[in-house]
Amino acid sequence: MPSLLMGALLVAWVPVWAAAGDASRSGPALGKPMSDASAEVSPAYIAADGRGLPDGSGDVDLGRELFAQHCQACHGAGGAGATADALSGAEEPLDSPWAEKTIGSYWPYAPKLFDFVQRSKPMNAPGSFSSEQVYALTAYLLYSNGIVEVGTRLDRATLSHIKMPNRDGFVRCYPEPEPGDPAWDHCFP
Amino acid sequence: MQRRRFLKSGLALGTLTPLAGTSAAMEYARPPWMNEPGAGFSNYGQPSEHEKAVIRWISANPAVAGNGVAWCPLHALAGMVTPNGLHFERHHHGVPPIDPVQHRLMVDGQVARPLSFSVEDLRRYPLRSHLGFIECGGNSSAGWHREPVQTSVSYIHGLISCSEWCGVPLRILLQEAGVVPDAGWVIAEGADAFAMQVSLPMDKAMDDTLVALYQNGEAVRPENGYPLRLVVPGWEGVLHVKWLRRLRVASEPAMARNETARYSDLMPSGKARQFSFSMDAKSVITSPHSAAPVQGPGHWQISGLAWSGRGRITRVDVSVDGGRSWRTAELMEPVLAKCLTRFQYDWVWDGKPTILQSRAVDESGYVQPTRETLLSARGHNAEFHYNAIVSWAVDAEGAVEHVYA
Ligand code: HEC
Repeated sequence: MPSLLMGALLVAWVPVWAAAGDASRSGPALGKPMSDASAEVSPAYIAADGRGLPDGSGDVDLGRELFAQHCQACHGAGGAGATADALSGAEEPLDSPWAEKTIGSYWPYAPKLFDFVQRSKPMNAPGSFSSEQVYALTAYLLYSNGIVEVGTRLDRATLSHIKMPNRDGFVRCYPEPEPGDPAWDHCFP
Repeated sequence: MQRRRFLKSGLALGTLTPLAGTSAAMEYARPPWMNEPGAGFSNYGQPSEHEKAVIRWISANPAVAGNGVAWCPLHALAGMVTPNGLHFERHHHGVPPIDPVQHRLMVDGQVARPLSFSVEDLRRYPLRSHLGFIECGGNSSAGWHREPVQTSVSYIHGLISCSEWCGVPLRILLQEAGVVPDAGWVIAEGADAFAMQVSLPMDKAMDDTLVALYQNGEAVRPENGYPLRLVVPGWEGVLHVKWLRRLRVASEPAMARNETARYSDLMPSGKARQFSFSMDAKSVITSPHSAAPVQGPGHWQISGLAWSGRGRITRVDVSVDGGRSWRTAELMEPVLAKCLTRFQYDWVWDGKPTILQSRAVDESGYVQPTRETLLSARGHNAEFHYNAIVSWAVDAEGAVEHVYA
């Protein structure tokens, strides 16, 4: 009898995925240990709340210069849009039939703007900006979206504390909500 | 001599009466390619030179060659498998020239043992196969437009393809690294210039997700992620991270640009659906199509593709009268879960203008919605995940045009 009980306990401990038919198949364990420290992997992992942001800082003025030099050709003056997306200047709100999605109107987390610029830009040499340059471009993009004042200098702490206007604009459709959950109406209308 | 003269008159006859079909002389005579030795072997076979028109259509950003899409020519293919050279492409910043010897896959974050795998290591693992579709979340996005876009079916719906993907179950690699109990997400990153980053729920990672090494039997093509890509059966394309380099186990999703600013569906309320991963059931007629008008009244085969990210297609209905009546189409075997399914329908056209439509039903009971139903729920600004019924008008001349009906 105790063994039955133990069995039940054991089953309760098995994570959901282990119940899948193929789950007992194991591999030859050929992976080599990583030297540790996720922080050393480049590009660095920067969380939505700003964890992982590097030391250093950058301001709107430097950002404006860098933008003119590295970004404007595709994103237009002030980020108004050209061959690539508009980055700022949304006038129609998100609930308008003509909604405009930009960093200022749509992006939920400011640190992820830093993350995106450091991992994907500049286009001709991705990953080559210094932390100061990325903070500066982030500051400029937030300034051009009316989220920070001219003259703002951003660093880990200040960038982490910025709350984007559309922070709460997303309804998670995974895990799939149950009928009756308010998210149901958004996810499975 | 005699034969040649006969052949000549046969040809002349053929040109005089083109609708009468091949003349008996042409049909019975020994064709020229039987009268000389054929070509030799080839190291890597290519399509017939007569099939040069069957290509991907590229829509790239004028300022960034590697940004944009290449559409799969659905209208020119049959069955359900996509040839590797025609699989649709979506790149954000080009195809990286990865050296497989130097490439590594890192598994780190909330794991007991952060691990690094070489491609050679992964080729020694037990493999699993998934024959299934990959569909870009932005496929069919023209459907959100207020006016029907006039172009080929493939230019609207061709960001989907179907292959046999063979690879290591992601679960095995995660278990070897030792995922901590409450880690709910795996953040996947690519080794491209864009450094793609997206988040995959742990349940799916532990279920049927593969780290794919092979596509239809050969190494994954560079434009499809060589040497490694994620394959996440039934879920939107962006999760199938190409050039896979890093899997970071975490308790929260990354909230990356491509899971917030993009691939989310803005609703009329101003809120957006996020993590709407599963590609809902959809179907589209690929023949007849706008570049191949119906050549007069009579019997025609309506053919198309249906699929669902939630399992098998159980039924496809076809309407040849603009949705007034529906008939069940024939499904071509095999009919597999999370895979393209080919449907066919025998149509006898009376020569009058009409509208052709198809409607897929999957094993969850989900029925492909009408455009009206989809738009009334999601408005015009969703940008992604469009799966409404597609309508093609056939006019009295047999010309096919994309319409909203
Ligand atoms: C050569 C053209 C080009 C240049 C120069 C360029 N970008 Fe981009 N940018 C693009 C393209 C194309 C995309 C869309 C990428 C995709 O398809 O995912 C993009 C996307 C973005 C986005 C995401 C927009 C959104 O709403 O999701 C941001 C932010 C951005 N760029 C910032 C910058 C910054 C900052 C610079 C200057 C350092 C810059 N870009 C320079 C072409 C360019």
